[in-house]
Amino acid sequence: MELVTPNIGLVFWMTLAFGILLFILGKFAWKPIMKMIKERENTIEEALQTAEKTKLEMANLQLSNEKLLKEAKEEREALLREARKIKDGIVLEAKHKATDEANKIIESARLSIQNDKMAAITELKNQIASLSIEIAEKILNAELADKDKQNLLINKFLDEVKLN
Amino acid sequence: MQLLTRKTIFLFLFSFFTILSSIAYCNTLTENKDSLTINHGDSLKSNVKEEFNPGVMIMEHIGDNHEWHIITIGDTHVSIPLPVILYDNGTINIFSSSNFHHGSTSYKGYKIETTGENNGKIVKVKTDGYTTDNNASKPLDFSITKNVLSLFISFFIICWLFISIANSYKKRKGHAPKGIQSLLEPIILFIRDDIAIPSIGTKRYERFMPFLLTLFFFIFINNLMGLIPFFPGGANLTGNIAVTMVLALITFFITNITANKSYWKHIINTPGVPWWLKFPLPLMPIVEIMSLFTKPFVLMIRLFANITAGHIITLGFISLVFIFGNMNVYLGYGISIISVLFSVFMGLLELLVAFLQAYVFTLLSALYFGMAIVEEHEPAHKK
Repeated sequence: MELVTPNIGLVFWMTLAFGILLFILGKFAWKPIMKMIKERENTIEEALQTAEKTKLEMANLQLSNEKLLKEAKEEREALLREARKIKDGIVLEAKHKATDEANKIIESARLSIQNDKMAAITELKNQIASLSIEIAEKILNAELADKDKQNLLINKFLDEVKLN
Repeated sequence: MQLLTRKTIFLFLFSFFTILSSIAYCNTLTENKDSLTINHGDSLKSNVKEEFNPGVMIMEHIGDNHEWHIITIGDTHVSIPLPVILYDNGTINIFSSSNFHHGSTSYKGYKIETTGENNGKIVKVKTDGYTTDNNASKPLDFSITKNVLSLFISFFIICWLFISIANSYKKRKGHAPKGIQSLLEPIILFIRDDIAIPSIGTKRYERFMPFLLTLFFFIFINNLMGLIPFFPGGANLTGNIAVTMVLALITFFITNITANKSYWKHIINTPGVPWWLKFPLPLMPIVEIMSLFTKPFVLMIRLFANITAGHIITLGFISLVFIFGNMNVYLGYGISIISVLFSVFMGLLELLVAFLQAYVFTLLSALYFGMAIVEEHEPAHKK
């Protein structure tokens, strides 16, 4: 029976001690401890969120980097293509020019050859004319040395001229 | 392989200490017998040689006392005399309990009753100096008893522990916990996240946290101190009905002071119950109002009974040594091994119970608070 009968003295001291304990701990222990725990949790939460955000940003950055790279590649490609085109154009033009030049040169060569040829022909003609005249002279000289022959020839010519 | 070696070492040490302590127990047994005989030879008690009485021994250990007995060597008692504070019809008497000489003499007209229903309490004596005055009113005893001193010791231990932790929180702001801080932080978080928040709700739990934390650690640390068999532990504080009553009463008052309108409405006019349970005979309200008082009453009894029972069982196992030792010394030696093994087992169980009872008391208090402040149309157990 003694065991289940609360003792007034112990009730009094217990109430007093527990009350003071509650007050002291509430003020000097639980308040700062709970505050610090909460603060730390918030810090951790924030840090996690920041990490998540950074991750996202990094992903975005990577994406934009890739985009940039792609763009750069495309631009390079385009540049190359254009350069190639220009080069081709230049080469083609050069070719054209060269052909023209060559044609011109050939033309002028041909012209001068023609000229030379004509000159040579003219000279040849002149020489042939003078040669033939000389030959004709010599032949006439030889033909007309004999009297009979002269008569024959005159007759021949006369026959030819007859009735014309 | 390493595990095996460790196990072997553990077993060896365990059996070594078991045997050692059993020898020690048997030694104290003989000492006790001697001292009991010598001590009570000239006391108020009879001169008959006293047999070992386990019931008395156990009751002495789990009860309160006006002195703190530490050890008996030969026939000298080493104990701390504690101040006796008596309030008797408007006068306050303060003196040391050593004046009673372990209950053998009276002092200033008071003595410690050794028999009957007032056993262990301070009563008035008649003018002859030792006969109990049954007609006189009993003085109100506000003495610093063993339990009160134990209460003060645990008060300072808890204060020191948690204020130092609070300081280390301030010092290591935003860092991970360290040392004893990291030992207790999981428990603090456990009380917050697994007791307070599920029972009370995220919105209002903060108001109750200081009380719940103080309650939990007060019960837990005093339970643990009760398991230490020597000074400054060993007092059966949380197994004392006065202590559990004060704790339960505080829970009761907090519950009913913070309770809102909807809580009282549920008690007086419980919704969802057929009208004939409320009128003409208000059955439901009676049941509800009774439950107001049974809840803290059960809290009080549960903690008291669990802790006291644990102490009684452990002491019972130890008593076996003395009981069998009284029959035959060698039988006592033999039994002591089994007794100590069982006591160790009980000790481990008590460690669990120490935590569990603190948890249950705190959880139920939190649930009662949660019930008292829950809003209408709002689930009570909101995670």
